[in-house]
Amino acid sequence: MSDPLIMQAIARLVPQGARVLDLGCGDGALLAYLQEHKGCTGYGVELDDANVLACAQRGVNVLQLNLDQGLKVFADQSFDVVLQIDTLQHLRNAEVMLRETARVGKIGIVAFPNFAHWFNRLSVLRGRMPVTKRLPYQWYDTPNIRVGTFADFADLARKNDLQVLDAFGLQHGQEVRLWPNLMAGTAVFKLQRA
Amino acid sequence: MTFEATLPLQSGASIRGYSLSYETYGTLNADKSNAVLICHALNASHHVAGVYADQPDNTGWWDNMIGPGKPLDTDRFFVIGVNNLGSCFGSTGPMHVNPDTGRVYGADFPVVTVEDWVNAQARLLDALGIAQLAAVMGGSLGGMQALSWTLQYPERMKHAVVVASAPNLNAENIAFNEVARRAIVTDPDFHDGHFYAHGVVPKRGLRIARMIGHITYLSDDVMNEKFGRELRSAVNSATGYKYSTQDVEFQIESYLRYQGDKFSEYFDANTYLLITRALDYFDPARAFGGDLSQALERAICKFLLISFTTDWRFSPARSREIVKGLIDNQRDVSYAEIDAPHGHDAFLLDDERYMNVVRAYFGQIANSLGGAA
Repeated sequence: MSDPLIMQAIARLVPQGARVLDLGCGDGALLAYLQEHKGCTGYGVELDDANVLACAQRGVNVLQLNLDQGLKVFADQSFDVVLQIDTLQHLRNAEVMLRETARVGKIGIVAFPNFAHWFNRLSVLRGRMPVTKRLPYQWYDTPNIRVGTFADFADLARKNDLQVLDAFGLQHGQEVRLWPNLMAGTAVFKLQRA
Repeated sequence: MTFEATLPLQSGASIRGYSLSYETYGTLNADKSNAVLICHALNASHHVAGVYADQPDNTGWWDNMIGPGKPLDTDRFFVIGVNNLGSCFGSTGPMHVNPDTGRVYGADFPVVTVEDWVNAQARLLDALGIAQLAAVMGGSLGGMQALSWTLQYPERMKHAVVVASAPNLNAENIAFNEVARRAIVTDPDFHDGHFYAHGVVPKRGLRIARMIGHITYLSDDVMNEKFGRELRSAVNSATGYKYSTQDVEFQIESYLRYQGDKFSEYFDANTYLLITRALDYFDPARAFGGDLSQALERAICKFLLISFTTDWRFSPARSREIVKGLIDNQRDVSYAEIDAPHGHDAFLLDDERYMNVVRAYFGQIANSLGGAA
């Protein structure tokens, strides 16, 4: 998710000077943005070789670790913010990682594609899995192994005793606060341990 | 370079009147900010890169990594390769004369540690007028030295690049070292380490030490791919096996014997003992009750750590211990875990992902120097 509008929308949730852990940091663009514009420090975690290289080229701290193996190297509450931006949908252990995010970070910020966006619903009503700019994959080659909605995630957070500090949708980089489960292609949650 | 002043050693002993062989590549910039020190592992030297004019086949041991336009670019950095004390490639070692006795050191060469080597290297930098390194870099035992640098002289480097290394050796690793040492020490030609006086070399011991070492530097997969169960062509294919317990029949046997023979021709037995002992002893967390995070608190530079997935001698898990210790101290650290098939040897081989990450990291450092080289 290197869309600058989305990046800015996420960055607004991150306090100035925060110590940040970005899980599934991709090419490090968000972390570099947070370092440059909000004086943040911290690390990105990434598995993909090309992304690790891109982070090294940007000069952001990147740790090549497999999130499916948990966050053992990080101590409890050792980061101000733990980001999971477009990461959750790729995780086999999505629920464990959500708990880990709240263990390691004072706050967690989770963003993922909302499958209940009206456009996706329409597609499924027509009998087809959605293929959009946000979800550009065919059903048979998608890396998104966790297909959930804004409303589903709220349930999962509750089940894990996580307090939702803020939740909204993002569509075209704009915050969607009215009916986000229907109106937004991206769901964003800011949470902490209850 | 010769050092007259006494160097106190960790053991309580000391050494004086010693020399360190070193090579440099590239040009030290005006503010002396672009120096990179390379620390070597067991079987290597100060000859890190390039070839000598009179020895076109003698390529530096990390020549794929270091040189003009290479990942550690000597067009931008001033690179220093140094041979450690106790080695057999030029610096003072067991085969040299002890100035205090007038006799060859032999087995009496003092036991040196990683920390001692770093202290000796620091004196070399003093002599070269380099107050602070852009980076210190090493693989395996060299990585231990790089790590130790950040703890002994935390102000003297901006970056540390630690490849295929570990915060200490585990029991299995010490065990392999002990087998190698016993092979050497029990060789009748060893003469308690004073074989020089007898005009012999404990080659049998060195060969076996090298053979077992070599096995541990490779991965199961690579060895199978390279040799499998293949028989030497000299073995008659019609009759199959020779049904001999002594003949070299499998290719892997032939390869190991060749590596052992080659090694025994040039490596010093006492050096092998010293260097493996230095490996065994290294354990910066020991002074902190085994708490590596506490030990690493002193390190303030930025780190790049790299490990290789099939390296079972210095496994990724060991590098991740260092990473964790640095994270606990909120230090800047990047970590790449390269999915390479070659075992521990991977740190010396060409792998695009490995080379590119190092290139990117040093590229960032070079840019921070302001481009003045």
